[in-house]
Amino acid sequence: MEHVFNNLLAEASGVTGFVFPNEYELHWELLIVVYPYLTGLVAGAFILASLERVFKVRVLLPIYRLALLTALSFMIVAPLPLLAHLGRPERAFEMFLTPHTSSAMAMFGFVYAWYLAVVLLLEIWFDYRRDIVIWSREKKGLAKILYIILTLGARDISEEAVKFDHKAGKFITIIGIPSAFLLHGYVGFIFGSIKANPWWSSVLMPIVFLFSAIVSGIALVLLVYMVTSLFRWKKLNMGCVDKLAELLLYAMIVDFSLELLDFVHRLYESEESIHILSEMISSRLFMSLIIIQITIGTAIPMLSIIMGRSGKVHAEMRRILYFIAAILVQVGIFSTRWNVVIGGQLFSKSLRGLTVYKLELLGPEGLLTAVGLLILPFVILYVLTKTLPPWMGNEEDHLLPPPPKEEAVAHSSA
Amino acid sequence: MKMEIPNMLRREFLSNCVRKLPALAAMASVTASWKSVWAGGNDNYDPSEHDYAMAIDIHKCIGCGRCVEACKKENNVPMDDTHFRTWVERYVISEEGETLVDSPHGGMNGFPELKEDVKVLRTFFVPKLCNHCENPPCVQVCPVGATFVSPDGVVLVDEDYCVGCRYCIQACPYGARFLHPVKKVAEKCTFCYHRITKGMLPACVEVCPTQARIFGDKKKTSSPLRRFLRFMDITVLKPWMNTKPKVYYGGADGEVT
Repeated sequence: MEHVFNNLLAEASGVTGFVFPNEYELHWELLIVVYPYLTGLVAGAFILASLERVFKVRVLLPIYRLALLTALSFMIVAPLPLLAHLGRPERAFEMFLTPHTSSAMAMFGFVYAWYLAVVLLLEIWFDYRRDIVIWSREKKGLAKILYIILTLGARDISEEAVKFDHKAGKFITIIGIPSAFLLHGYVGFIFGSIKANPWWSSVLMPIVFLFSAIVSGIALVLLVYMVTSLFRWKKLNMGCVDKLAELLLYAMIVDFSLELLDFVHRLYESEESIHILSEMISSRLFMSLIIIQITIGTAIPMLSIIMGRSGKVHAEMRRILYFIAAILVQVGIFSTRWNVVIGGQLFSKSLRGLTVYKLELLGPEGLLTAVGLLILPFVILYVLTKTLPPWMGNEEDHLLPPPPKEEAVAHSSA
Repeated sequence: MKMEIPNMLRREFLSNCVRKLPALAAMASVTASWKSVWAGGNDNYDPSEHDYAMAIDIHKCIGCGRCVEACKKENNVPMDDTHFRTWVERYVISEEGETLVDSPHGGMNGFPELKEDVKVLRTFFVPKLCNHCENPPCVQVCPVGATFVSPDGVVLVDEDYCVGCRYCIQACPYGARFLHPVKKVAEKCTFCYHRITKGMLPACVEVCPTQARIFGDKKKTSSPLRRFLRFMDITVLKPWMNTKPKVYYGGADGEVT
């Protein structure tokens, strides 16, 4: 009787085969899916910005500052899912005070601090310093005080000083590129270095993470640029949009090839874990991996960009194609993170069974928290674009009614 | 032999006892002082003199689950089905060569009868617990160093320091760790550290009716553990992981993971 009951219980809970008793519940849940997703967007957006700065892809000028601010907005939110996920968040600061040097995770604080403080904030500051000084002179009231504080006392905007800003900004970007690689490669390493987990343990993991980060970052900046232009009643700079779509396609090709290589390699090596992993892919992960990640999130966007870039499509249609592609890429990359994080915990380390993930709606690690954390960066971005208007280099800006005063200043500085 | 016991007079026995009282007292005091040296919390206990380990005799385990229950009670482990410091698995290898494994309630209440349609080639029970690895991946990944190997060779978690990130749980190849649902910190078998440092046995070893679990000190040359390691065919779990486990299985075959 008890046996029958146990079988029923197992079926109701969705567990198949044998799972170690401590493995029924997943230990890293939705928030740990959100964390690498957000970090990837940061790294991707920054690498995109650096293309304009270091590699002089001038056509990307309209999104240069926007990409930097996007990276900053997501960077500010990136550690929050980690914090919310901790069992004892009040002890989080111990990671900075007494880091365990052999732990990949302990390095998070340092990589994060380095990237946020040294790379992103400094670069944005040097890039905006001249404008901030101008705004601090022109604005009134609280805004004036804010901009005076933001100048950090460096109020010299002579040609020489601005030249120095530019040099410093470029230098920081050059440091920033390997830093962005480090930031997201490191997130991949956290998973890739877990030898106990055959789904994660792969030397390719940091590289796959990095390229998927670039894919998601480009797609995000493309989306943000399109949506902000729409709300500002500005025409899109199609040269820039076409370039973004092209870069997105190249990044996707590299990313998909790497993932395919990983997949083929696993199949060909056919290690002991292959049976349970195959079972997982064909059952638990079929929807999120085969349908969402590969079909909807990769194949369809690639096709729509290829269609858009084929040269015979009208600008309006191109915009729609790119927009759809960029949205689908976000869905795809989010499910990539899901498949890594959740997928890696759906099979038992006994390699004899599969468990299920039950998503909570409420609660500190639930769906609502995750949605909140995904919206928050956009709120921050809105505030940032109001404080530090990033609009520049958009030729169509001239053709439309004169922009509001603060935008005019931003524009003149560009 | 049978005749000798009734022949022994009560008076004789008592007088013997009285005569040997000083000797007994002396012995008791020596034992007491030896025990106090051994006792945990005592300044004289030197952890570096020990290297604790456990052996498990697969042939002796009857799958009664007493060890699982004792562990839960001794260490205040939640009495549910998803948190275990130790559990027992049943392996059933059918005549077709298929391996079936189950562990209902972690084996705490014993095991149900096998399904009638399974033709059993062989079957055995495998108690599981933290392997107290010499090269523990859980210790490597802990971001704050809250989990560590003690000088007496036990992998422990400092519950006042653990941040509850669960990286160690992911890194353990044996599923031996869990997050305590109330304390929100990582938990696992400690070999009953509070007991062994006082010279007692871990709770699971104490209650095992068949002595399937053998606890001991690897630094002691004459001990049941040493004897077991010497005379049995020993295997450890997932040796290819290079974790160097210190829970040694005697009589477990290659199916056990």
